Amino acid sequence: MAKATFKVPDLTQYTEVPAIQPGAMAHSQPFIAKAEFQEPLGYPGELVENWQERAIEKMGELLGKYRSLRVYMDACVKCGACTDKCHYFLGTADPKNMPVGRQDLMRKVYRRYFTLAGKLFPKLVGAEDFTKEVLDDWYSYFHQCSQCRRCSVFCPYGIDTAEISMAAREIMDAIGVGQKYCNEIIGKVYKVGNNLGLPGPALIDTLEGLEEDVYDDTGVRVRYPIDQEGAEILLVTPSADFFAEPHVDGLIGYGKVFHEAGISWTLSTHASEAANFGMFIGSYENMHRVAQRIREAAIKLKVKRIVFGECGHAWRVAYSFLNTLAGPWDFLDPRYPVPQHICEFTYELIQQGKLKFDKSENDDKVLTYHDSCNVARASRMGNVPGGQFEIPRAIIRATCNNFYDMDEDTIRDRTFCCGGGGGLLTDDLMELRVKGAKPRLDALNNVIQEKGVTHMAAICAICKTQFSKVFPYYGLEMDQIISLHQLVGDAIVLTPGPEDDEPDDDDDDD
Amino acid sequence: MAFLTNFYAFLFYFAACVLVAGLARKIIQYALTPAPLKIPTTPAPTTQRGVVLRMMREVVLFESLFRGNKWTWIFGWMFHFGLFLVTLRHLRYFIDPVWFPIQLVQPFGIYGGIAMVVGLAGLWARRFLVDRVKYITSTSDHLILGLLVAIGCTGLLMKFVFHVDVVEIKTFFLGLYSYDIQPLPADPLLLLHLLLVALLMIIFPYSKLLHMPGLFFSPTRNQVDNPREQRHIAPWASKLEQR
Repeated sequence: MAKATFKVPDLTQYTEVPAIQPGAMAHSQPFIAKAEFQEPLGYPGELVENWQERAIEKMGELLGKYRSLRVYMDACVKCGACTDKCHYFLGTADPKNMPVGRQDLMRKVYRRYFTLAGKLFPKLVGAEDFTKEVLDDWYSYFHQCSQCRRCSVFCPYGIDTAEISMAAREIMDAIGVGQKYCNEIIGKVYKVGNNLGLPGPALIDTLEGLEEDVYDDTGVRVRYPIDQEGAEILLVTPSADFFAEPHVDGLIGYGKVFHEAGISWTLSTHASEAANFGMFIGSYENMHRVAQRIREAAIKLKVKRIVFGECGHAWRVAYSFLNTLAGPWDFLDPRYPVPQHICEFTYELIQQGKLKFDKSENDDKVLTYHDSCNVARASRMGNVPGGQFEIPRAIIRATCNNFYDMDEDTIRDRTFCCGGGGGLLTDDLMELRVKGAKPRLDALNNVIQEKGVTHMAAICAICKTQFSKVFPYYGLEMDQIISLHQLVGDAIVLTPGPEDDEPDDDDDDD
Repeated sequence: MAFLTNFYAFLFYFAACVLVAGLARKIIQYALTPAPLKIPTTPAPTTQRGVVLRMMREVVLFESLFRGNKWTWIFGWMFHFGLFLVTLRHLRYFIDPVWFPIQLVQPFGIYGGIAMVVGLAGLWARRFLVDRVKYITSTSDHLILGLLVAIGCTGLLMKFVFHVDVVEIKTFFLGLYSYDIQPLPADPLLLLHLLLVALLMIIFPYSKLLHMPGLFFSPTRNQVDNPREQRHIAPWASKLEQR
């Protein structure tokens, strides 16, 4: 068990709805970004003098720019349908972690400054001035939302707390109160090209190492190319895939799939990051700027298709926003959607019978699958709604003999967030991350007990990192979370190329 | 009684203006505010027709609420559907001759009135009994529930206990169309009922009752899931493009 300075929740068979404990998580705040991380993104370095005025002005600007925010501020009737849906509420019992409780932190300010009722009768409608205390609450609780959209599934008006927490973060950035984790990372993308700050030479070195490892393992030369001009496909993947387990096993899997498909592909040092933390801070401008790198790389490398690796929010930005942010993609091959998910790519090859698997390679594992929130509720795969649920499962079934789903209430569009999404994957929020993981861990623990599940597969870099970090708090092993494409990579039967050592049975026809 | 009649005539002109102008203002505001990104909650329909169906399921059946909380759904749906029937029944006061479907719906309107009050009572009880819902309830939430319950109860009392002259009421309202003020029966229950209804009309565009138009403008529900096929860009966002 990992050491904790807080009480790790006990897992229960079904996640129970706790009695509310006001203020239970009021102490939880991420580190504030210093000027050096604020300024490259175009934000003031510290709390500006007339911050209250600036914040209200910014809120007004956003209300005019985003219909979602405008409508969601007005529409809530406090019906309570969302109150027991947020994993952070279920894990912490703090009522300000109920989606409506969180929204109300902004709604009370909205009412005070932008509605007649709130200007005339603030007490009656729960309107409040934007005071320092309220700002503190904002900083605390808008950084306890992983923007997973589970609440929006159950809201009769589709109110999406993610939209509100994004707006709140943008307002706070605009007055100089940014979050260090997100803003530092976005700065790294501008400077180096990826979240982890891995420079080009390091990437090239890593990929060469991977090629050797795969060759030693399989006897087949699988290529992991980077900056290869004229390749058919540009693969954009989260930088975690270059860096560590279990991510890198996914990358190995993608390479093997491309190898079997016989399609040339390349990574890019310039667009060496699929993630786009601009979304987490609600900044269209920064999201746009990060996304442009992918366009630039696609043009420079003269590719015809773009495929994204396993990453949840990256797939949301890619699938739902990339055409808006960096399109139009008229210079790419029009026969393929732009972009495609690596799962769509692999699945299509499976459908065409182009991939051979030895499922027994994965017989040491009993699998379950975690639907990542942004893939489940903010994107799609394939041609039909819900493809984002079926395609990854079909890939698992094609590559593994033992697969069991978790409780229906906790998968597909009702999936629970891992607890680390939305820009909260930082050590200064460890208590929140551990507690927020409880609902997912409850369901996982259930299939571990009942079905003998040994591993959970996921297609999101944040989920994988989060689970490998929080599993030990709950008595699980950190390597029980794996990449979906690790399963593919392990089971795939590779076709040796001309330069590979083949069994020497027909030497004589050269 | 001329004063009362005149007061109520003025009140309803005023309430109707506030309701129509206030709602129009909000609807125009919602319609003019761009939705810069595709954010439907998925799985979402991939065609406009599918979106219309999704929206109909939300409006008629409260599909998402059904998935979210069965008690709130039962009471909420009972209240709204009851209110819908009651409204249809009440149309007889505002049209002449009364259309045939409205004649048919008359008896159901009475059940609607009962369902409406029962539903409201259930919703109100939740605000006291469920700690989470109690936490998010503000004074205005109680007042709006109280207002609706009072409207329902005064209406039911006039139907079942203290009858009023409905013909005169109809004459009063039909007269309002042509600025021809006809006497309103000075029945305390009726006057209270009408006062509360006018109040509801006035607060409608300034309160959470905006959930009604809001639902139709909710991007998570009304957007087609086709971002890869069709480029979606807001006017303010296209200014960022330097190509």
